Amino acid sequence: MSGISRRDVLRNLAAGVAGGSALRAIPAQAAALAHEMIQKERAASPGGKYTPKYFSAHQYLMLVFLCDTIIPNDEVSGGAVEAGAPEFIDLLTGENEEYQDIFGGGLMWLDNFCFDRYEHLFLECAPAQRKEVLDLIAYRKNARIDSSLSPGVTFFAKLRNLTCDGFYTSKIGIEDLKYIGNSALAEFPGCPPLPE
Amino acid sequence: MLIPPALATGKLTLFTNAMAREILLGPDGKATGVEYIEKATRNEKRINARAVVVAASACESARLLLNSKSRLFPEGLANSSGQVGRNLTDSVGSDGEGYFPNMEKMLPHNHDGTGGMHLYIPWWKYDRQNDFPRGYHIEIGGGREMPSAGMFEDVCEEEEGYGASLKATCRRRYGTVMRFSGRGEMVTNSGTYCEIDPYTVDHWGIPVLRFHFKWRDSELRQAKDMQETFKAIVEAAGGRYLTRTDIDGPYPFGIQPGGKIIHEVGTARMGVDPKTSVLNSFCQAHDVKNLFVTDGAPFVTNPDNNPTLTILALSLRASEYLLDQAKKGNV
Repeated sequence: MSGISRRDVLRNLAAGVAGGSALRAIPAQAAALAHEMIQKERAASPGGKYTPKYFSAHQYLMLVFLCDTIIPNDEVSGGAVEAGAPEFIDLLTGENEEYQDIFGGGLMWLDNFCFDRYEHLFLECAPAQRKEVLDLIAYRKNARIDSSLSPGVTFFAKLRNLTCDGFYTSKIGIEDLKYIGNSALAEFPGCPPLPE
Repeated sequence: MLIPPALATGKLTLFTNAMAREILLGPDGKATGVEYIEKATRNEKRINARAVVVAASACESARLLLNSKSRLFPEGLANSSGQVGRNLTDSVGSDGEGYFPNMEKMLPHNHDGTGGMHLYIPWWKYDRQNDFPRGYHIEIGGGREMPSAGMFEDVCEEEEGYGASLKATCRRRYGTVMRFSGRGEMVTNSGTYCEIDPYTVDHWGIPVLRFHFKWRDSELRQAKDMQETFKAIVEAAGGRYLTRTDIDGPYPFGIQPGGKIIHEVGTARMGVDPKTSVLNSFCQAHDVKNLFVTDGAPFVTNPDNNPTLTILALSLRASEYLLDQAKKGNV
């Protein structure tokens, strides 16, 4: 992939995701390269730490919390945070102004909403309060009942999509799905049995 | 694929990173060569030629001809018919996808999903009364493909929420979607063409094209037929059709915008009458005997298949003719 800059890759990826083409034409290679960048930076820094390129330290902590909430660890695999979804989102957002409004603005909306409601910023709220807010913005029907929730619902839907993108294009996410194509097949054992 | 053997003859010199600005015309009405910009240095250069063969892709070839203006051809080279840039078509395209619950039970296996090489439906209603002319084929893909961005958008929209249940649903639904791409034939119309944009130049100062694109009702009916067929196939196989399209708006029945299927052809059409066509049946310009166009531009129409093989066949025919005519001293 020589001749293609890191910037080209991220811009393309962000444009492709935003376009949401029916054929899902976003090159898997571009996502793989974004994850490579993340791994390289983690490997190069002491303690595997990643420095956010776009979000403030405070917003990045919120992003990490939300990614972990959207796709947590379970008995099968690690979660979105371990898989690098916050870094993935940060890298893409830095290269796409539309994302900066959606995610940068969305995180500020969330803090403001929590402050109005509980007099605390999102991360300083009690766990039950955070859950209450998330349960409000995680479903479209709530915005139909109370339109003041609409910006939060829109933000959360886009974050949920991009967290899935970051997670399921990572090594952890790919293994979670048991995708085993694109690997050498020494012999063809025939098709797997048909489901009942 | 074709360039290495040509280079091996020792008779081919390749100039890469060269942007053609204009085809030059001699006082005798024959092309004398090409003026181009050497991209690395931004210098203007010139290559003299006994014959010029243009194959810049349909629209770019039209652009080069239209930008090659002279006293003899004030409306663009080889354009006495006014047909350069006209008769533009692209394939009619509409896509859909279905979710097949039965596939949830498929065992993980070494598989890269299914692509066009696995399953393809050629046009099958050629002997029926259809409410649109010509026809289309269907390419089918999907299954346990390499996970990519956007793969779980539908699941997220349906499932909503967050956490363990969302993750479990993504896992369960992975590999259960099959996609259908209809690709059909468009018939030319007078509202679909390209022309030089009088206001805009590219990086090299060369005027660019602007496009006018119009689907007729018959193309929309073809897209409607595609959508109905995809849905019928999905439902007959026990699946749920996921794609929703509008019957009006800019993209009725999911018809893709012109240019999206990247099968643009027709912009320098061939024909027997120099008054209504640009090229003869050997891709030779009616107006300029030593000028040929050998990409998608000569096609009067393009069936539902990809144009590449037709381009290759016509190029071969044009090359043999050019060689023969050169030997006879006719170009």
